[in-house]
Formats: sequence, structure tokens, C-alpha cells
Amino acid sequence: MLQDWVVVVVSFAYLGVLFAIAYWADRRADGGRSVIASPTVYALSLAVYCTTWTFYGSVGRAAATGIGFLPIYLGPTLTLALGWFVMRKMVRVAKANRITSIADFVASRYGKSQLLGGLVTVIAVIGVIPYIALQLKAVSNSFTILISYPEIVMPAKGGTAPLLQDSAFYVAIILAVFTILFGTRHMDATERHEGMVAAIAFESVVKLLAFFVVGIFVTYGIYDGFVDVFDRAQASARLTSLMTTRDSAASYGSWAALTFLSMLSVLLLPRQFQIAVVENVDESHVRRAVWLFPLYLFLINIFVLPIAIGGLLRFPAGVDADTFVLTLPMAHHEQTITLLAFIGGLSAATGMVIVETIALSTMVCNDLVMPALLRMRVRALHARHDLSGLLLGIRRWAIGILVLLGYVYFRAAGEAYALVSIGLMSFAAVAQFAPAVIGGLYWKGGTRGGALAGLLAGFVVWIYTLLLPSFAKSGWLPVEFMTGGLFGIDVLRPQQLFGLQGLDEITHCLLWSLLANIGAYLGVSLARMPNAGEASQATLFVDAKERDSVAAWRGGAAVAELLPLASRFLGPDRAREAFERHARDRGLARVDDLPADARLAQFAEGLLAGAIGSASARVMIASLVQEEPLGLDEVMDILDEASQVRAHSRELEEKSLELEQATAELRAANAQLRELDRMKDDFISTVSHELRTPLTSIRAFSEMLLEDPDIGLDERKRFLGIVVAEAGRLSRLINQILDMARLESGRAEWTTESVDLPAVVGASVESLGQMFRDKGVEVSVDLPAGPITVFADRDRLTQVMINLLSNAQKFVPDDGGCVAVAVRRTGNSVLVAVDDNGPGIAAEDRELVFEKFRQGGNVLTDKPHGTGLGLPISRQIIEYFGGRLWVESAPGQGAKFQFMLPIHDDGAPTT
Amino acid sequence: MAKKVLIVDDEPNIVLSLEFLMKKAGFEVAVARDGEEALAQVAAFGPDLVLLDVMMPKKSGYEVCEILRADPSRAGMKIVMLSAKGRDTEVAKGMALGADAYVTKPFSTKDLVAQVAGLLNGG
Amino acid sequence: MMRSRLVAQRLAALFLLGCLLFNYPLLALFNRDIEVLGIPLLYAYVFGAWLALIVLMALAVERGGRP
Repeated sequence: MLQDWVVVVVSFAYLGVLFAIAYWADRRADGGRSVIASPTVYALSLAVYCTTWTFYGSVGRAAATGIGFLPIYLGPTLTLALGWFVMRKMVRVAKANRITSIADFVASRYGKSQLLGGLVTVIAVIGVIPYIALQLKAVSNSFTILISYPEIVMPAKGGTAPLLQDSAFYVAIILAVFTILFGTRHMDATERHEGMVAAIAFESVVKLLAFFVVGIFVTYGIYDGFVDVFDRAQASARLTSLMTTRDSAASYGSWAALTFLSMLSVLLLPRQFQIAVVENVDESHVRRAVWLFPLYLFLINIFVLPIAIGGLLRFPAGVDADTFVLTLPMAHHEQTITLLAFIGGLSAATGMVIVETIALSTMVCNDLVMPALLRMRVRALHARHDLSGLLLGIRRWAIGILVLLGYVYFRAAGEAYALVSIGLMSFAAVAQFAPAVIGGLYWKGGTRGGALAGLLAGFVVWIYTLLLPSFAKSGWLPVEFMTGGLFGIDVLRPQQLFGLQGLDEITHCLLWSLLANIGAYLGVSLARMPNAGEASQATLFVDAKERDSVAAWRGGAAVAELLPLASRFLGPDRAREAFERHARDRGLARVDDLPADARLAQFAEGLLAGAIGSASARVMIASLVQEEPLGLDEVMDILDEASQVRAHSRELEEKSLELEQATAELRAANAQLRELDRMKDDFISTVSHELRTPLTSIRAFSEMLLEDPDIGLDERKRFLGIVVAEAGRLSRLINQILDMARLESGRAEWTTESVDLPAVVGASVESLGQMFRDKGVEVSVDLPAGPITVFADRDRLTQVMINLLSNAQKFVPDDGGCVAVAVRRTGNSVLVAVDDNGPGIAAEDRELVFEKFRQGGNVLTDKPHGTGLGLPISRQIIEYFGGRLWVESAPGQGAKFQFMLPIHDDGAPTT
Repeated sequence: MAKKVLIVDDEPNIVLSLEFLMKKAGFEVAVARDGEEALAQVAAFGPDLVLLDVMMPKKSGYEVCEILRADPSRAGMKIVMLSAKGRDTEVAKGMALGADAYVTKPFSTKDLVAQVAGLLNGG
Repeated sequence: MMRSRLVAQRLAALFLLGCLLFNYPLLALFNRDIEVLGIPLLYAYVFGAWLALIVLMALAVERGGRP
């Protein structure tokens, strides 16, 4: 007697074992000894393809159509033969681009389009929900049958039992909770689930074993081997029809259609993509899967026909053939085998629900919810530093809602269909991904618009020819919709579209939907050239062999920006760890040493893509990276088949350009040197001229005095006076040249201190008093009452003042010359002005006087005895102390030399 | 009749020494302080030789020399350039413009007097 | 490289073979109500061809390219 509680306890014990395996595998993975790094585990995990549909449904379909259940398994075998090309390429592309799901794959391929990712997600969710419903139905039915052991009672029709007495409801809740606990245990939101893969591989062994035990029991326990089973079938008139298949075009057509459909599904179902591509740890694992997975499918199907025939022979028409795997052992009171069969069915269901809902929840989170949140710029998103919790929350909710939707579909429509038919609907839905995915892998011309149009067209046809009819059959829609067509238009009958008859509904749907899908995909894609984004992604996907990196960023972002961003989605510890690993890979000791380059941005994008999908990651990183838009040149490069050659020639071009640049720079430097040389030459020439002039007088007079003894005494004295004066001029000149050289080279010695400027000005005027009086120049001085302090060198300031005053003295007229000196505070600087009534300076000469050896203009008939260095030296001094020196003048109006220095208040230097 | 020498220079002390030397050598002397005055003195004084400084206000010695040489009626007039700039290019430029001699400052008084006398007596 | 290309070509050939074996018209040849060693011909054919295909695929990838 199988008590309810025994079944429940065994069921929970089984789930507990799954948990333990997943936990163990995760621990091993953390310790670096991955369990799933084995080609056998990979091949076994692929068998998540076999759900309760296989476990219970194959027998049901075999009972109805004979060998008609087989195309669902022959197709994958053929796909795996191509797996060497297609699967390996998908794995390679997905790894290189950190793809997290099939939606991500499609979105990424067509220029990282969030819209496409969202559409694929919607199609996958709507398409796969019936499939989840199917698992709930199978588990709840098998449970209901089991608890009435040993009586064989078919469960009540789905949806008729009150909610709280409906075992399917509890199954749904338990499965949802289990998947949430199981799939999102970790506080990290990455795409890989080592523990889950290990558990799925284990489940594959369990369901194969369970089915084998039931098969052997039926074939060899109840009957006497295969030959005996088939002999008995031949003997029964009812069963002879199962030995062959209908020999008609439609029959072979639907055989081919189902084979084709399952070929696509084994790649495109979200859970298959998850296991085969996303969870793949090593591309080389595909090698063993090529034959091991088909072998698994072969083995699990060997006993389908014996069990179907056995059931048909054993039971009257009232027993559903979908339940034979369970009811045959029951009928023979084999408790253990019955329980094992139940566990096998349970493992098939849990495996499917776990992987499917995890894959779908990732898609919903990454391609539907996150883009929406990012687009709406939800405030919470910006306020929270660690978003990994939010991501997990979204995924958990998605899992719960998905399972619940499955239950709702089961309540509403479940009973109208056999298990296999429900599964095929899902197959037909995900087959719509084929043109975008397969085309995207091998054809560079596909565009985002083409993929959108194809998916939409195919999906709409699928809804019209398969989903709506399933609603109609369940009574949700009027039957007239089926029999009379939409709006009563006959050619629009959903399952005889445009009058096409003689095909089963799946083949019919497949034909029209793929026709619309491929037509729209090709048509819209060919309407225009792929844009830059699409073309660069196309190159990454189609030329996956040659290139292996994510579309390059043409800009960078700093660690200081990228690390916090990554931390928000992955959690600080994991992000830090990943960045440290990246730094080590690049041979850098610390994360902070990472340069803000494109490679770092690329790494961060890959990291984020693992958590939130490639399209969202692109957007997030793009907000940080200052990237130039793709230029026409680059687009041409991407499109160009011979881009390698172009890259090479561009390199050469760049090199020659660099060379040219270097040459130009060299030439400029040379010119500058030559100019400096010329200036130095001019300077020396000028200096030598200035030195030679007094020397000429000295030499001439000396020789004359020496050689001419007849020169009178007065004349002698006069000549000697000239010699002394010119010698003085010569030594002044030499001093000033040396002074200038020291100032210019920065080697001048300064004694900087707080200086009372008015006092310095007063003292300077006083020291030159005799000189002014000699020439009869009237000097007026206007000084402020208190001291005004500047931070400067007292002697240097005196030098400037004396220079300005002697200049003024030189230029004022001999008769009635006057010089006015004034010191004034203006704001936080002090202004000193020396005003004369000389001839003034022409506008064009006003800056010239500050150049070396340039003395005030041609207007002078009498060359003054200046060295031509006083003003340049004065200007250097004033500028050294942070002030400026300039002249205001108009010809005939005198000249006003002024300088300004910052006032020094509280002992702090002001320079 | 004594030969006439025009001294053109803007440095008063140099003019003074040259004036003393030329007078002592027996020449009739006139003085100009810049280029324009030099041209006026040539016209008024009619010198046989001009001692011409290069660096002067208003008109440089080169300009004056060029103008004087452009007048064929004064082809016999000698020009001696005096300059504190002794680079080869400057000497060459002076000679090219038609100067008869180029003397670099500071000069030897004996040599200069000899050179001037040579030019005036030797034709 | 050569070896991997050989594997690829063998698998492609097996794929085409499989498409042929499991479809009309070859399938129709075996769609008869005859038994082979007690097993209906159609079943014996499909399962036999399937297993043969799997074995060939295994040989192709696991011993691929070895002389």
C-alpha cells in the first residue's frame, strides 16, 4: 500500500538529494575542482531535453501513432551531427560576448538591441508556458494516480477540482519554491550555475534508469522479450496498424516537419540554450555530446513501443496511454517499480522546470525588466549601491510568476491536449528564433529590423494558427473562429490558412510561420545595408573563428568609475575579485594600476553582461565611456572582407604619418634653433658694436695724446676727460650686460624682503638730486603718508628707480625740464609713475624701448649716453616680483614710465 | 689748396677725435651728425673724401653711400666707411655699395690718417 | 587543423546521410508490414539506422583524423 505520506516523503527526499548534489558541486567548483568540467556530464545535462513529455508522453504518442513519437528524437540526433559546426560556434560566440540567454544572443547579434531582446523574451515566455503547464499536469496526474494505488483511477479533468484540492496547485507551488531556492541560492547574479548542471546531469541518469527499469519489467517481466511483445501486437487486430506508419504524403510530410522542428528546438529552447551554450565550460565538451546525447535519446526510446503495446494490451480504452509508464507496474502490484517510475517522471519534470524557469527568469530580468528600469531611470536604481540583491529579487519573482502562469494555463487549457501536442506548440514557438539565430551566425547581412520583422511575423502566425486554436478548443474562444475563420472569412480559418489542407496543425503552423518569418527577415534585412553597430556585431558572430573579443570600445573609462558600477550589479566582493583577476592577467599588481583604456571597458562590459545581459551592459558602460561615434571609415572597415589587409595598410600609413610628423617637428625645432642662433649672433653683434663705440673714442684720444706732444694743456685735459668718461661708459655697459645675462638665465641673486616702496622711491630721487640740479631739472615728488609694503629686493627696486629717473633726466629739455614722481595705492597694488616733459615716444616705439640696445627713436639728433639695457633690465626686475612696467606717451607730450607691484600685507609672499 | 674731408658720425667724441686728426693732417674739415645732414653737407661743402659712419640716425651710412654713388658728377669723391660692426658681410656690403675703404672701429689713428692721405693723393 | 576539418566533413556527410535515412522515400521502402527476426521491419530499420548513425558519429569525432 503506497500511502500519500510515503509518496510525499519520497518526493521531498528526492528533491533533497538534488539539493545536496547541487550544493556539493558548487562547493567543489569553489574549490576549483569542478564536477561539470567533464564532457560526459555536459552530454548528460543536455538530456534535460527529455521532460515528462518524453517520460510519459512518448508512450502515449506511440500508443496512438506507432513510430510517430520518434522524429522528436531523430531531429536532435541530426542537429548534434551538425553540432560540431553550429553548437561549437554558438558556444564560442556566446563565451566571447558573455551571452546569458537566447534573448541576449539575438539582441547582441543585431547591434545589442534591447527591443529584440525583449521580443525574444516575450515569445519565449508565451511559447514555453504551455510546456511548463505540461510538466505540472504530468506530475500532478502521476501523483493522483499513485495515491489511489493499487486501484487505477484516472485523475479528474484538470480545472474541475477546487483550487485547494487540486494537487497540481501544490505541485506548482512546491516546484516554484524549489526552483527559487535551487536556482538563486547564491547572492551573486551571474549566468552560470555549476550546481544546477550537476543536478540536471544526475536527473538525466535517474529518469533514464527509471524508464529502463519499467521497460525491462514490461518487456521481460510481463512478456517474454521484444519478439514476444511484437508477436502479441500483431495478433491483436487493434494494434497491427501501429506496426507501420500511414503511407501518405501528409504522413511523411509531418514526419519531416517534426524532425525539422525538433532539430531547431534542441538548440533554441531557452533551457537547451542555457545548458548547451551558457553553462558550457569547455567548447571541446561538444565532441563527446555529439554521440553521447543521441545515444541517450536512443536508449530512453528503446522501450517506448513495448510499454505502449503492453499498456494497450493490458488496459481497456479508459486508461490514458500517457500514464502507461506508471500504471503498468501498478497493475502488476510492483510497488518499488511504480515508485521509481514516479520518481523518474518527477525528475524529468523538475529538471525541465528548473532549467527552463531559470533561463526564462534570466531573460525576463536582463532583457525585459532591467532595460525598462534603466530606461525609466528608476530612482531606487541610482540610490542603491549594491543591485545584485535587486537582480536576484527580480529573478525570483520571475520564476514564481512563470510557474504560476504555467498552472493557470494548465487549469484553463491543459486537458484539451495530449502531452505531446502541448510540447509541440512550444517547439513551434521557439522555432521562430531559428532565422534570426542561425541566419545571424552565418549571414552578415541580417539587420535588427529584419530580425524584428521576422520574429514578429512568425510569432503572430504562430499565435493565430496554434495558440488561438488551442484557446478555441478549450472553450475560451468561440468555435466559429476555428470552423469559419476570423470575421467569418473562410480563407482565414486558422488551421487551414488560405485553404491549405491535409496537414496536421503543427506542420501547418510551421510552414506558414517560418515562411512569414524567413520572408520578413530576409526582405527587411535586404532593404538596407547593416549599420555600423549591426555590422560590427555581425563580424563578431559570423567570423567567430578569427576574432574572439567583444566589439571594441573606442574610448576608455577609469577603474574608479567601472568598479563601483560592477559592484552594484555583482556585489562588491565579486566585482573586486574579478577586477583583481583582470589586473593580474595583465601583469599588474594592483587594481588601481589598471589604465583607463578600451580593454578595461571591454572587460567590465563582459563582466556586467554576465549579470544583466549584453544589451543592458552595453548601455551601462556606454554611460561611462566617452566614445566617438563610428565613422564612415570604420564602417567600411567592418564591411570590408579584407579588413586585415586594410588594417595593415593603415598601420603603414600611420607609421609614415608619424614619420612625417616627426620630420616636421624636427624641422620646426631646427628653424627655432636657427632663429635662436641668429638672435644670439645679432645680440653679440650689437653688444660688440656697443662696446666698440666707447673703445673707439678711448683708443683715438689715447693715441693722439701719446703721439702728439704739441697738444696744449687745456686740450690734453679735455681729451683725458673724454677718455675717462668713455671708460666709465664702457664699464657700466659691461656691468649691465652681465646683469642682463644673469637675469635672463635666472641666476641672479635676490634678497627678497618686505620693502616700503615710497621710502625707496624717495631715497632714489634724493640720491640723484645733484644730477637733476646740474641740468636744472625741476623734480616733484608725490608720496603717500604711510608706508606701502611690497615683497621685493630693495637694491633692485632702487636700480629700477634710478634707471627710470636717469632716463627722464636724459630726455627732458635742457631748459625748463621737469620730472614728476608719484606713488599711489590702487586696490591691492601700488603704482609708481615717473613723468617727464621730454619729446615723448612714438606709439610704434613704445614697446621697442624695452628691447635690448634699442634706444628711443630716430627723432633724437643727439644720441643719449645710455646703454640700451636699462629698461629691459628694469622690466625683468619688476616682472620678477609679480608686477609690470610700461610706458604711456605721445610724441611731444613727454613720457610717463609706470610700474605696478602687488602690495604685501601680512608677511605672506605675494609672488 | 687743401683737400676737403667731411666727417659723418653721431658719436660726438668720435667726431671730435676725427676732426682733430684730419685738421692736423692738413685737410679742410666739415662735420655732419646724421645721414641727412651728411647729404646736405656734401652738396654745400663739396668734400673730396667722406668719412662715413654706418650706424646713424635718420639715414644709415649705407644709404648715404648709395645716394652719393648714384650721382655721376661726384664720381671722384672718395668714401671711407667707418663702423663698429666688423663682420665680413658688412665690410662686403660697404665695398659693394661703392666705398673706397672700410675701416673697423676702434681704429688706429695713424693708419686711418695714412689711408685717407693715400686715397686723396694717390687719386 | 586538417584533422578538425576532416571531422567536420565526416559529420556533415553523416548529417546528410541521416536526413536521407529518416525521410521519404527511403523510409517508405521499409514501411511494410513485415517482421525481421520478430521485430516489425519499420522499427527494426529506424532503430537500426539510428544506432548505426550514432556509432558512425562517435567514430567520426572520437577517432577523427587518425590514420
